[in-house]
Formats: sequence, C-alpha cells, structure tokens
Amino acid sequence: MPLSVVIEKRLAEFTLTVEFAAGDRPLSILGASGAGKTMLLRCIAGLEKPERGRIVLQDRVLFDSDTRVNLPAREREVGMLFQDYALFPHRTVAENVGFGITDLADRQRVERMRELSTQMLMDALVERYPRELSGGEQQRVALARALATRPQALLLDEPLSSLDTHLRSRISLLLQETFAQYRRPALMVTHNIEEAYRMSEELLVLQRGRVAAIGRKEEIFQRPASAEVARLTGCKNISRVEAKGDGSFFATDWGLRLKGRRAANEATRFAGIRAHHIAWMRRHPDAPAPENVVPCWLARISETPFGMTVFLRTRETERASDEIELQAELTKQEWMGVRAEEQPWMVGMAAENIFLMDS
Amino acid sequence: MDFSPLWISLATSLVATVITFLVGVGAAAWRGNCRGFFAVVVDCVFLLPLVLPPTVVGFFLLLLFGRRGPIGELLLRFDATVVFSWPATVIAAVVVSLPLMYVTARAAFELVDQQLLEAARTLGASEWRVFREVALPLAWPGVMAGAILAFARALGEFGATLMIAGDIPRRTETIPMAIYFAVESGEIRRALMWCGVDVGISLGLLGGIYYWTWAERATKGPR
Repeated sequence: MPLSVVIEKRLAEFTLTVEFAAGDRPLSILGASGAGKTMLLRCIAGLEKPERGRIVLQDRVLFDSDTRVNLPAREREVGMLFQDYALFPHRTVAENVGFGITDLADRQRVERMRELSTQMLMDALVERYPRELSGGEQQRVALARALATRPQALLLDEPLSSLDTHLRSRISLLLQETFAQYRRPALMVTHNIEEAYRMSEELLVLQRGRVAAIGRKEEIFQRPASAEVARLTGCKNISRVEAKGDGSFFATDWGLRLKGRRAANEATRFAGIRAHHIAWMRRHPDAPAPENVVPCWLARISETPFGMTVFLRTRETERASDEIELQAELTKQEWMGVRAEEQPWMVGMAAENIFLMDS
Repeated sequence: MDFSPLWISLATSLVATVITFLVGVGAAAWRGNCRGFFAVVVDCVFLLPLVLPPTVVGFFLLLLFGRRGPIGELLLRFDATVVFSWPATVIAAVVVSLPLMYVTARAAFELVDQQLLEAARTLGASEWRVFREVALPLAWPGVMAGAILAFARALGEFGATLMIAGDIPRRTETIPMAIYFAVESGEIRRALMWCGVDVGISLGLLGGIYYWTWAERATKGPR
C-alpha cells in the first residue's frame, strides 16, 4: 500500500495505538473529538514524534523507531491542511501558495501557480492578504498551498468544520474534485458522519486512540463491528440483548423480542437499528402482529428543519426512568400522517435492518 | 563647547545595539527549542544583568577583562587591553542592554502562532527559512521594540561603564558621565544641557517604539 502507518504515541489520557494502510485514494478518519485524530495526522506529517512505530510512504521510510529513522517534516513531502488554515498573514495569497515551490525555475513556478489558481478558483485573490479573505477563500488558498509542492500524501484536519453551511457544500465539492485528480493517499479527519461518508469510499473509525473499524464505508455503516462503531456512525438505537436460543433475541433496553439480520447467539451482546429504518405499519386491529412489529406510544418529538425526530416508548405508561426510548426519523409529511392516527402506533423494525454486534 | 560625549554615546549605543540585537534575537529564537531546566538556565544567564546592580556587573566585567582576568590575559597576548578604552563602554552597554532585547524578543517569538511555523516546515522549508521568512517577520514589531529599549538602556548606562571604562574625556566620556561629572564640579548649565539632549533622544526612541508596535498593529489590523 502507498501509505502504511503503525504508531504508538502516549497522550495525556490514553495511548494512540494505530495500525492501518491507505491506498492512492481518500480515506476519511472519523472519530469523536479527542479521539486522537489530529495527533495521528501530526505524527504522519512529522510534527510529532511517536514513541514507537513505522511510517512508510511510497516506499520511503518516514519514521521507524527500530532503525531510528525520523525524517524532519520538511523532507517528508506530506501536504498538511490545518484546521484553521495557518496561512502566513504577512504574505499575499500568491506568496503563500508559492512558499513551498521556491526551488522551481521561474517558468515552472508561474505555470504551477496558474494551474492551481484555476483549479481553486482564486484568480481574483492572488494579490490579497489572508485577512482580506473569507473563510472559504482562505480554505481554497490553504489547499492550493498544500498541493503546490506536489506532496506524496495529503492530510486534511477537519477541512470543513469552520465553514458556514452554504460554504461547506461548495468546498466539499471542490475537495471531491481535488481528490479525484490527486490519486495519492489523502487522509481527511472529521467528526462529522455525513462528511466522512460523502468524501471517501474508505473509512477509518478512531475511538480513544484505537482503530475501531476500517474498510468500505457501506460495510461499516451497514454492519458495524461494535456498539461503539454503530454509535460513532450515527446509529441512534442500540440495546443490550439476550439471545433466545431460536435465533431471536430479547432487547433488554427496549423490552422487545425481535429477530435480527442474522441469528443471535451466546456471543451477541448488542442490537442496533438506525432511526430512519423504523417504519410505521398500517393497523390491523384483529390480525396478530407480524414479526418485528410492535406497538409504540409517543414520548416526545424534536423538530429539525426538514424532518421530525420522534421518540417512542414501548409501554403505554411511563415506566422506570432508565427505559431507553426508540428514536425514529420522519419527514414532516410522514409525521402529519402518523400524528393523525390513534396510538399505539404499530412500528416495524425489519429484521434485515437490525444488526447484531458481539461487542 | 565639546560635543564629544554625544558622539561617543551614540557610537557606543549603536555598536552595542547591533551586537545586542544579533545575540539577543539569536538567543531568543534558540530558546524556543529549549525545554525544562535547561530553558531556565538560559533565561537566568541572559536575565541576570537586568536584576544585578550595574556596579556589580561592572565589577564582574573588570574581573573578566582586567589584566589578571581570563579574557584580559588572553587579549594581552595580542598586545591589546580593553579596560579604560572605548571598546569597554561597548562591552558594558552590551551586557546591560542584552536582557531587555532578549526578554522582548522572546515574548515576541512566543506570540507567533506555532502552527504557522509547522505549516512552513510541511512545505519543505529549512529551519533557517522558517526563522527568516516566517518567525522573524511576524515577531518583527516586538523585536524592533526590544532593539529600541536596548538602545535606550545602552545610552543611559553609567555604573558598569564607570567601573570598566572610567571617565576619560574624548575617549570614554559618555553623556551620563558628562552629566555626573558636570554636577560634581558645579557646572549646572552644562549638566542641564546634556540632560536636555538625553530627553530629546529618549522622546525620539519612544516615538520609535510607538511606531513599531501600536502603529504597526493599527495598519495591519488583527490577524
């Protein structure tokens, strides 16, 4: 693989212990804040020194604790995009972008600047200073500056987090185009599930300094390996389970007997279903409830701009305070229809949408 | 009217400030890489002359540069003596002005966003280029303020200079010397005149500090 990373780095609260490889394509690194994401990038860039490990990029050893190799950042040929851009305030946009390519001949330099200027839509900005630019413009300049040196790998630290919503979608498109042309390892750190999913095919989930999951994003979202990964990938409904021998299970937090995508066994410890997979069924008062369809009562609702989050109870009356409500996502229109119907609502959790986890 | 104290003072302060600038800025930048106890030692060495009485500094210098002192003895081999000559005024001025340069420059470098230096490194810049093109330009207003403070301190140096350079008219007699000995011999008008010259220069220096710190910030705006 073009980039392989094995790192052990002691941090204040835990030890960052990470091992993974990345191909010539983007890899999103998803994790809660403080999971060690930024530190991981800094170790690869050569801004921090791990206690142990080995980092190899395109057959060049950047760091190896056994042979005491530790290339300084300037020799690593790794482009880094800092969270708040880190543009040089005393240099114009052109001088910022040109900072890393002073070794090129004038003609090549001008050529590359023009190329980047077109790619990053910054023709009008070159003579300005960073303080005269908006957040989105600064981001484009920072990206151009990082790409100008033709780095062997690109590291992006929360590239979209400090942008307004409307800028975010534009910059994210620009990033996707950039990645498509770049064709080298590009690691993008984020705590935003949607961004992580949108920007790359591959995903690495980092949890308290450890790789909780790595692989194709669909795989990780559909079959999370652990309750923690399910939670980090945005699964709102997770329950502890007891297997019932016949392959079905009892979800203790919800008080429901259900069937999952696969048969539950002794090792199965958690079940999960995503909020948008909870569906409303037509009521057939006399017919026996089909499998995985349960009566639910409304606990509370929470409105979002385009939808409704509905919290459901599986008992008619309020029970112990530790009972966990089921969380469902509906469009406003769906909610209008559901609201009109009499409770209890018949709620379906299709077996193929319930994933079981052993840890 | 003999104006030699003015020229001697200006020449001494200028030469001393150039030396102080180079040593102070270099030490302040280098201090950024020092950690723990070693950093404290570096600080103490450079800050000691600030807290010691100038006469103590002067006496130590006399011990170092005197005929029996380690440096004085070394210089004697080349037939050179420093004590009670013009270079001695420079040495005294450098030693007492260095702490101000060092402390101000250090603070200015510490205020520079470390991430900018890191960004420069990931872009392939050598440590010298990081210093020369990122750290120094960004710390420049503070560094200049430090240089002006150092110049002012050098200009006003009295105690250590008296110990090591004495008061030799037209050779080591700086403005503060001229004032002291004018007062001592009752030449009040002469003392007042030199005081006026000092006040004038000092106001000019304060104007310089204003320009390099506040004015700079006002035109460039917040970063």
